Amino acid sequence: MTRTTYARAIGTALATAMRDDERVFVLGEDVSAGGPFTITRGLVDEFGKDRVRDTPISEAAICGIAIGAAQSGLRPVLEIMYIDFLTLALDQLANMAAKAHFMSGGQLSVPLVLRTQGGAGQRAGAQHSQSLESWLCHVPGLKVVMPSRAVDAAGLLASAIADPNPVVMVENKTLYFRSEEVPDTVEPVPLGQAAVLRTGRDVTVVALSGLVPEALHAADALAADGIEVTVIDPRTLVPLDLDTIVASVRRTGRLVIAHEAVRDGGIGAEIAAATGRAAFDHLDAPIERVAAPFEPIAVSPVAEDAYLPRAPQIRDAVLRTLGRELNREGCRLPRPTA
Amino acid sequence: MTLDTGHQITMYRQMVRIREFEERVKRTFTDHPGVIRGHTHLADGAEASIVGSIAAMRPGDQAIATYRCHGYPIALGSDTSALMAEIYGRVGGICGGYGGSMHLADIARGFLGTSAIVAQNIPQGAGAAYAAQLRGRGDVVLTFFGDGATKQGAFHESLNVAALWRLPVVFIMENNSFSVTVRTEEEDANAAAGEPLATKAKAYSMPGTTIDGGDPLVVQQTVADAVARARAGDGPTLIESLVYRLSAHGNSIAPPGVPLHYPEHEAVAIYGAVEEYEAAKRGDPVPRFRARLIESGVLTGDQAGAIVDEAQAEMQAAVDFALNSPLPEPAAALNHVYA
Repeated sequence: MTRTTYARAIGTALATAMRDDERVFVLGEDVSAGGPFTITRGLVDEFGKDRVRDTPISEAAICGIAIGAAQSGLRPVLEIMYIDFLTLALDQLANMAAKAHFMSGGQLSVPLVLRTQGGAGQRAGAQHSQSLESWLCHVPGLKVVMPSRAVDAAGLLASAIADPNPVVMVENKTLYFRSEEVPDTVEPVPLGQAAVLRTGRDVTVVALSGLVPEALHAADALAADGIEVTVIDPRTLVPLDLDTIVASVRRTGRLVIAHEAVRDGGIGAEIAAATGRAAFDHLDAPIERVAAPFEPIAVSPVAEDAYLPRAPQIRDAVLRTLGRELNREGCRLPRPTA
Repeated sequence: MTLDTGHQITMYRQMVRIREFEERVKRTFTDHPGVIRGHTHLADGAEASIVGSIAAMRPGDQAIATYRCHGYPIALGSDTSALMAEIYGRVGGICGGYGGSMHLADIARGFLGTSAIVAQNIPQGAGAAYAAQLRGRGDVVLTFFGDGATKQGAFHESLNVAALWRLPVVFIMENNSFSVTVRTEEEDANAAAGEPLATKAKAYSMPGTTIDGGDPLVVQQTVADAVARARAGDGPTLIESLVYRLSAHGNSIAPPGVPLHYPEHEAVAIYGAVEEYEAAKRGDPVPRFRARLIESGVLTGDQAGAIVDEAQAEMQAAVDFALNSPLPEPAAALNHVYA
């Protein structure tokens, strides 16, 4: 095992892919210097400026360029610096990358990887903190991955680059610099396969991205109180590994879904509906969702902290599915502020 | 470089084939009501520009275009039966009936496809050119769009990148003077100031030129020069090719059951400019090129007539093939969402 970070694991996976396949190239704003989160730092030294291509601040053009290059035989890995900026490239992504294979009757394919990152927690305000993955999940033709761990980020990136379809990898800025253990050799993680990170008999928690470590934290606290929680990280949102989620809910009878995006129209609603239908007879409680309120994200630290769902809210949601009183004796997490 | 007579005859034949194809698409609305629903946009009037441009390509080069796209694959050699069947939404269509009139593609012939979103294809053409640049074989990409597209951000972003990176791409703007119904001088600052739209090239430090898109030899020469520049690694060119589309922007739109038709051209229907439209028809590039070839002794009238007869027979066969091609199984569409 090696200690690394989510950020470094992605950079290493990129370098490996570029070494293995000369069609792979990286483009985006500031990529040769590494970008604001240092992900691509150092790649230009090994692969040169043609394959580590700094672009103007022109998200529509660079997404279209990546699509055209992908259709013409290259394997572009496009970085859109913040998912908030993806709005500028959405026409290219949703109207062409996602549809070219279909519209051409299978003649074209778009083996494009679009890396971007979202999430709040850095006082970056309403235009640098959003979680917009559900928009992408609503477009047939796109695949969407959203890893929470370094090993999965590296493994999913390898699979995404090898995939013949456009894949969006939604990273999380608060996960980039935690120290994590990864195997010395990272194996590709198949798209569409959830990871069961902890197994418990009482409640299933499906958590995404930045809320995965929060869910594990909540599970630790609940275990101390005798409540055993299963924590599932879907890792891929499209295609979603519903089987793993449903199988777990059939055992536990209870489901909590936790994501940082706003609750309304979030991917949690899709997971809840699909699981509710598939495991209806096994559910012992209403499905709970832990998500952000329906509002833009404030810069003010107090307001942002109140906005962000964290471990205490997951803990409370688990207890609600069990019909327990909130904030009871023995729960070691502080009660969330309203 | 003057094209030899054989090339000129080939260009005339391609122009006639495009014209006859578009005539049959248009006639389908009356001959076979209900067979085409949705949108078609015809290229009649732009044949010289299309054929002249494509004539500047060599194998390995690629083209990418917009929703007014029937002409390019015809000039590139695509099977007109498969193209017609695509417009009819049939299994025998070049895209299996999943693309339709606005989304033709023929990858084997270097036709990278089209977009129905104005200007969306321009960065994609630049991306194909980036791939060509890295391949290093001297391949060039022709990127076609209309004057309306030059008001989109994607156009400006792409010209900046293409010039900055010296991409082997030629931007060919077919200026037909209308954005659906709005005249260009009502929505374009250059046109309003009495300047050509090719002026926009100056902002990106690339050559820009405005040409008569009704003369296939002028178009071929201009595009060939730009292609040579791109091949040599000297970067992109913006060519404004002045054309006059002879049909309305597109067919009428109506709910299922209501017959569709091709309305009158906007010059007449919206502006009452009958003389303008009649003058455009008098300048129709297809008979114009025919007269020139006959006058210069390249073709006899009989030979020119035979080319039209052949094209009409080809397009009759295309219509027959398309009508007889089955409709796709609805459930099969799910097999094409992911590669």
